[in-house]
Amino acid sequence: MSTTATTPAKTLPEHHYLNATYGIRSWLLTVDHKRIALLYLASVTFFFFIGGFFAMMIRLHLLTPSGYLLSADTYNRMFTMHGVAMIFFFLIPSIPAILGNFLIPLMIGAKDLAFPKINLLSWYVYVVGAAFTLYSMVSGGLDTGWTFYTPLSTVYSNSAVAPAVIGVFITGFSSILTGLNFLVTIHTMRAPGMTWFRLPMFVWAHYATSIVMILGTPVIAITLALAGMERLFGLGFFNPAMGGDPILFQHLFWFYSHPAVYIMILPAMGVISELIPTFARKQLFGYHFVAAASLAIAVIGFLVWTHHMFLTGQSTYAALVFSFLTFLVAIPSAVKVFNWTATLYGGSISFDTPMLYAFGFLGLFLIGGLTGLFLGCLGTDIHVHDTYFVVAHFHYIMVGGAIMGYLGGLHFWWPKMTGRMYPEWIARIAALILFVGFNLTFFPQFLLGYLGMPRRYHVYPPEFQVYNVMSTAGASILAIGYLMPMIYLTWAAFFGKVAGDNPWPATGLEWKTPSPPPTENFEVTPVVTWEPYDFHHRPDLGLDVAAPNGVVPAHGHD
Amino acid sequence: MHRTGELYGQFKTLEQQKETATLGMWIFLVTEVMFFGGIMLTYATYRHFYFPAFAVGSNTLSLKLGGFNTVVLLASSFTMAMAVWSSQVGKKTLISIFLLLTIALGFVFFGVKYVEYSQKFHHHLVPGKSFNVFFCVDNPASCPDVEAKELMEESKLLDEAYVADKDLNAHAQLYYSAYFGMTGLHALHMVIGAGLLFWLLKGSLAGRFTPQWNTPVDIVGLYWHFVDIVWIYLFPLLYLIDRHK
Repeated sequence: MSTTATTPAKTLPEHHYLNATYGIRSWLLTVDHKRIALLYLASVTFFFFIGGFFAMMIRLHLLTPSGYLLSADTYNRMFTMHGVAMIFFFLIPSIPAILGNFLIPLMIGAKDLAFPKINLLSWYVYVVGAAFTLYSMVSGGLDTGWTFYTPLSTVYSNSAVAPAVIGVFITGFSSILTGLNFLVTIHTMRAPGMTWFRLPMFVWAHYATSIVMILGTPVIAITLALAGMERLFGLGFFNPAMGGDPILFQHLFWFYSHPAVYIMILPAMGVISELIPTFARKQLFGYHFVAAASLAIAVIGFLVWTHHMFLTGQSTYAALVFSFLTFLVAIPSAVKVFNWTATLYGGSISFDTPMLYAFGFLGLFLIGGLTGLFLGCLGTDIHVHDTYFVVAHFHYIMVGGAIMGYLGGLHFWWPKMTGRMYPEWIARIAALILFVGFNLTFFPQFLLGYLGMPRRYHVYPPEFQVYNVMSTAGASILAIGYLMPMIYLTWAAFFGKVAGDNPWPATGLEWKTPSPPPTENFEVTPVVTWEPYDFHHRPDLGLDVAAPNGVVPAHGHD
Repeated sequence: MHRTGELYGQFKTLEQQKETATLGMWIFLVTEVMFFGGIMLTYATYRHFYFPAFAVGSNTLSLKLGGFNTVVLLASSFTMAMAVWSSQVGKKTLISIFLLLTIALGFVFFGVKYVEYSQKFHHHLVPGKSFNVFFCVDNPASCPDVEAKELMEESKLLDEAYVADKDLNAHAQLYYSAYFGMTGLHALHMVIGAGLLFWLLKGSLAGRFTPQWNTPVDIVGLYWHFVDIVWIYLFPLLYLIDRHK
């Protein structure tokens, strides 16, 4: 939008949550959900870089067929610790604990989450769990694979398994507390007029995620507790030498760890559902279906876990049922993708950075989701089981899906969180670099896997080298793509252009309060009288709805 | 968030605050069900695999002590319910009395559990290197607390089970792993519950709970009843596997 001389310069509000109090104590003892979100942002980013470092080690090592960089043992530790750091300490808390924490009370018009102290407790629980896991990483590392399969993890591994298991066990409770807090908050803390079907899709997605968190996480907790006791006290729950059953461990493990995939992807879907209507200037197509699809994914997600175990010798009939149920998950996922696409149809689309991430998500999630069907299908799974095909598939979902959503959301709400805009053009270039780097890293891995390169091996036949070199080159580009937002978002938080209350403008309640918001979120409790994502009946947004080509597109900048 | 009286700043009314706390506790209890569910599934799997060993293990537990503890816990749930009721009708002295009774019954439970656990230690029935399900049968002198008649009976059961399962010792150890895992986890929840009850007692002695505001009593009550219900499941699962003979 062109600047006119009459537009007054935007200024930050005089009092907001960031300058309400000062000092280290005011942060470490805060019960403000917005500050806790920033605490999570710092600690989760820290683990992202730890996990990223391990990933770089893996890719550098695999540059050559015989792998000159690491010993076989060290290589095992690298991919294990990459998985543990990224899954338990980055992906699972990333969107819920940062964006969810920050935004859910704002989006529903509440002053805070229902249990602010429990919210702070959840961060401390995360930190304690993280400390145990870090201790494991520096005191011998972990070489069991992130899945902790027994009896390798409980009897034979010579690495620091016990502290890592304790760390993941403890961190699980942070996830449970977050999920509990969200569920109760969404039920009891909504502002007048904020009915269930006026909730932003981001909130619906977190509602579904929270259900997975509270039902799944306790199961991994007890499973790891039993495995930990086996490791420490020589009990035999999962040790075949003592009559235990390792397959039981796998069942219990995947009963959580498959739904955990939905803890990672559902919030990202929630972000995308916010971005697409905003930057297409259209109401979300099929609101009720998108909301129901989130819940359906959460529920069906609990019924598919043994598709990780098709080759463990389980009954063929069980495998058939689980394969069928796995295919069922594709339905609500496709409902979402189709509805997002339908939302784009005929919209006034603008290509601001968050929207670039949303487009990236759409493409990558589609590939990740469809290749998931290869793996859910009994016949093809036998061929590609435990190969790089699997690695590529879940990275398309978790990195291509979840992290694209996370970064898109971070850019979209950064002006709300900090009050300042990020530099648009650098951000667009970074999004592009990320997209290119991601595909170069992981697409060759589909080919590698299909050709038969097994995962978790530290050497490979020379004919696979060309794809591995492509993948490593892509990983370097990807690393730049991640470092750039880290740098310019930090810069923008202090020196970016002042954003104003609603820079896009978007329709959510969170944009009706100053950026950054005051500690109590709203000066007066808002009353919601509009339908979600409705750009046409919102004169307060200042949009020209009578413009000849439909509503004017979004803009981040004057 | 500022607090006005008993109303925390994020809430508008005391009703909303109470509804929130109660829902929070119910959801927490759902997570607890899943938590205990994992270990109960493990138990069920091995009980199915190794029934003779589980039956033998179950028969070494004392029905008298276990049954007594079941009654004690049920009674404590009653006194807890009475404490909640007292707080709702505003009988401030009664709240403290019933809370004290609940705590006392909780400690009776711990005492009995202590007796049971220490017996298992003396009888070499704690999983680990020295675990030996035949210990008392082989060394009657080291188990003076087991009567000769009981030993005879136990010896007969062990022999029968051994015919069915040559790896009886290892599989019985799985039973005891499940026993200590499940009862230990339950006892841990009781300890936390007792801590919460002491905290309530402090509040009730200070006269904090009124018919208008008694949320803590209410939700700790929910928790205490849940822990009680877990025991209602544990008792038959662990003590009554093969008592019908």
